[in-house]
Amino acid sequence: MKRTTSSFTKKRQANLRRLAFWTITWTLSQALVTFGGAFVWPESSTLIFLSILLNVALGIGVIVTNRKYIFEGDELDKKVQLESMSLALGLSIVVGLAYASMDQTNLIPFDADISHIVIFTSLSYLTANVVNRKRYS
Amino acid sequence: MKNVIREMRNEKGLRQEDLGDLIGVSRQTINAIEKGKYDPSLNTAFRLAKVMGKRIEDLFQFED
Repeated sequence: MKRTTSSFTKKRQANLRRLAFWTITWTLSQALVTFGGAFVWPESSTLIFLSILLNVALGIGVIVTNRKYIFEGDELDKKVQLESMSLALGLSIVVGLAYASMDQTNLIPFDADISHIVIFTSLSYLTANVVNRKRYS
Repeated sequence: MKNVIREMRNEKGLRQEDLGDLIGVSRQTINAIEKGKYDPSLNTAFRLAKVMGKRIEDLFQFED
């Protein structure tokens, strides 16, 4: 039987490298928006707007590359991703709303920040991914 | 679902990675199928059967 790909693993690794490149570039652009706007060009709303525009464009690049990475994975990869994403999404909604309620009712002594939910979602997804991969190995 | 993929692969002298390349899945997926931790899709099962030169029911045994 003819090989369906020259090497499935090589293709997967190339997609992963591409995703890492886009993610790192997007993260750097996030730093540019945060620190550039605060320390380098705090007076220039044009530069702040342009850095945000760049950040959003690179973010779209991350989304497209991640979609390709998942779509070109095999069936077990997709199953692991689906299980991890569903858990991360569910936890983020439930914990996020509980966190917002705690802020509104002054149960926490500080203001709820969206970045806390982003960090929580990322860690939930990462943990679920590691656990699910271990389950099938 | 029980299977004899590992035995058939060894008979053919293939590594998990080679078999994965032949049917378009990763080495990890072949490993999970062989260990019975993951039941493949019908498409993958047919591809496995074709590579091994067997029928699907020769490779997989359904268990209640």
